[in-house]
Amino acid sequence: MSISQIINGKRVIVKKPELLAPAGNLEKLKVAVHYGADAVFIGGQEYGLRSNADNFTLEEMAEGVQFAKQYGAKIYVTTNIYAHNENIPGLEEYLRGLESVGVHGIIVADPLIIETARRVAPKLEVHLSTQQSLTNWKAVQFWKEEGLERVVLARETSAEEIREIKEKVDIEIETFIHGAMCIAYSGRCVLSNHMTARDSNRGGCCQSCRWDYDLYKLEGDQAVALFDENDDPFAMSPKDLNLIQSIPKMIELGIDSLKIEGRMKSIHYVATVVSVYRKVIDAYCADPDNFVIRKEWLDELDKCANRDTAPAFFEGVPGYKEQMFGVHSKKTTYDFVGLVLNYDKDKGIVTLQQRNFFKPGDEVEFFGPEIENFTQVIETIWDEEGNELDAARHPLQIVRFKVDREVFPYNMMRKGH
Amino acid sequence: MKKPELLVTPTSVAHMEQLAQAGANAVMIGEQRYGLRLAGEFSRKDIIDAMDVARKYGVRVYVAMNALFHNDKVDELGDYVRFLSEQQVDAIVFGDPAVLMTVREVAPHMKLHWNTETTATNWYACNYWGRKGAKRAVLARELNMEEIIDIKNHAEVEIEVQVHGMTCMFQSKRSLIGNYFEYQGKFMEVQQVKYAKGLFLYDKERDNKYPIFEDENGTHIMSPNDICIIDELEDMIDAGIDSFKIDGVLHEPEYITEVTKLYRRAIDLCAENREQYEEEKNELFARIEAIQPTHRPLDTGFFFKETVY
Ligand code: SF4
Repeated sequence: MSISQIINGKRVIVKKPELLAPAGNLEKLKVAVHYGADAVFIGGQEYGLRSNADNFTLEEMAEGVQFAKQYGAKIYVTTNIYAHNENIPGLEEYLRGLESVGVHGIIVADPLIIETARRVAPKLEVHLSTQQSLTNWKAVQFWKEEGLERVVLARETSAEEIREIKEKVDIEIETFIHGAMCIAYSGRCVLSNHMTARDSNRGGCCQSCRWDYDLYKLEGDQAVALFDENDDPFAMSPKDLNLIQSIPKMIELGIDSLKIEGRMKSIHYVATVVSVYRKVIDAYCADPDNFVIRKEWLDELDKCANRDTAPAFFEGVPGYKEQMFGVHSKKTTYDFVGLVLNYDKDKGIVTLQQRNFFKPGDEVEFFGPEIENFTQVIETIWDEEGNELDAARHPLQIVRFKVDREVFPYNMMRKGH
Repeated sequence: MKKPELLVTPTSVAHMEQLAQAGANAVMIGEQRYGLRLAGEFSRKDIIDAMDVARKYGVRVYVAMNALFHNDKVDELGDYVRFLSEQQVDAIVFGDPAVLMTVREVAPHMKLHWNTETTATNWYACNYWGRKGAKRAVLARELNMEEIIDIKNHAEVEIEVQVHGMTCMFQSKRSLIGNYFEYQGKFMEVQQVKYAKGLFLYDKERDNKYPIFEDENGTHIMSPNDICIIDELEDMIDAGIDSFKIDGVLHEPEYITEVTKLYRRAIDLCAENREQYEEEKNELFARIEAIQPTHRPLDTGFFFKETVY
């Protein structure tokens, strides 16, 4: 299938990739879909790799699937642990449950789970997880012959390698475009097992790679320090992935699904990142030959970043500039302060759910899929009964105030600091 | 009683001969172009020589092709497999399915051992790779004794377990040592330090030293302790585990040879004269402790550890 066609004298992309977003709970799932994700991946109560993320019950999954359906979006469930014997009982029932609530597919690493799913829940698509660290076309060919619908490539694959894989094997390819990542080959790191007795390949990773270490060299029995007094300690902390500049290339390569990492991330993060990539993909596909990355998209991504970002392997093997030493996080520049529930067009009054402190006089920014970002200075704030408030202090409190431009349910309000 | 094979990793052909004399039944060798974290580099010429030693002593030779391959090496896998097949090595050790596909194409009778280091964690997965063509599964080091024996009880393939030496905790494609020096602006030192021997990371909180090194396959970080369960072999021998491995990576050849001799004795006694084994096993352990490098404490790995998630 060709990627683009000439329509009315203009080239347009006809093979648009799926934008795949993470969601740690039902609210985030709804936001991700509403902000433009074509598919969302979530975790269930078991067999997923984020043992401490909020995970979905079957009932919540059913509701998520129904919600997504209204938008034509799909739900995948990560089932990507490397199981131990003790995890085998219960697996069949779990997979049947996923199938019965209408989940579209599962993301899997362990052949145990692949074959069990085929046997007991054949309607589920099976996608191979990045935990398998797939790095070459021949391995991809193997999994195609095993009957998988899609593979998620290792984050270590470059653009050129993906081109070759696409050429040689006819299978859907999913790659990461944004978010945190392992600095090890996925599935090949057991630092947390050793350091904290938590099994990283069953969701127990403590991100031990991001801790500080000192580098020494043994000379005989003597340990010689390989750092000077003022040097930052050794660390294996990668900058987060950010491939916004590479999206055009990824679309032209015919990659089938572009994946955002972050089931633990906030609703504000999910909304911001999804909406930016939605815009980039749509703009490029509509007019690839006149496409430019707009600065406001880059600025927008920055507003929710809590770590520095870099392009990593797609654009070549990352060097020291794509790692972090001596710093552990960067403060986000914006807080998510409110979620729009309603807007009264006649009166110009918004009804909003408070998510963080704000008060009259604050300058805030609204964003969402239906609107262009705009700023607004908040005047009087009322509670639900119409009482005037000196500030919106309480989480989830319902408040009202004037907003000059029209806003829509699920639009978000953020505040710089 | 069935005796498990004693599998050791030599540092050179000459060392392999010493290991054969010390009682090794099998060796794993190879080169870093295709294999991971080997005790020594064996060129094709070395493999030919190693086969002579193997025939002389009746030792089996397994060749490591367990790297994670990128496209650039896929096309040359066939040539290497063909070479190994001509030399009649006893098995190829693989993790990447690309190797399995290549073997099917060019040497379908070649035996395969499945070894990804960290992902052989349940019996179903072992048997799955068995159905795809593997004769043996090398278990993840992060399993406990009970899990290992349960896997063996359900396994349709041979089961190999590492009983001694260090294990890999982490592999990155990035040049992490080189990057650190570049970050510090010490560009002149990068080349010299990158492939230096004896590097380790010090973890203050745990007072642990983790060996770290770089090679063609990226950066590897190793466990702070050497596993040693020379005095805990009964259950696995009774369960019929097929192969016990001593991994000699980052150790001196004399040390590996000595450890091999001691395990030879331990396995023979444990299988043939259990009473004598019980009497001698503490002594065998003490003899390893006596030759242990000062910066490498011994422990029992994950054999008796509870891991949560
Ligand atoms: S410690 Fe780091 S590299 Fe290892 S699994 Fe966790 S995040 Fe990945």
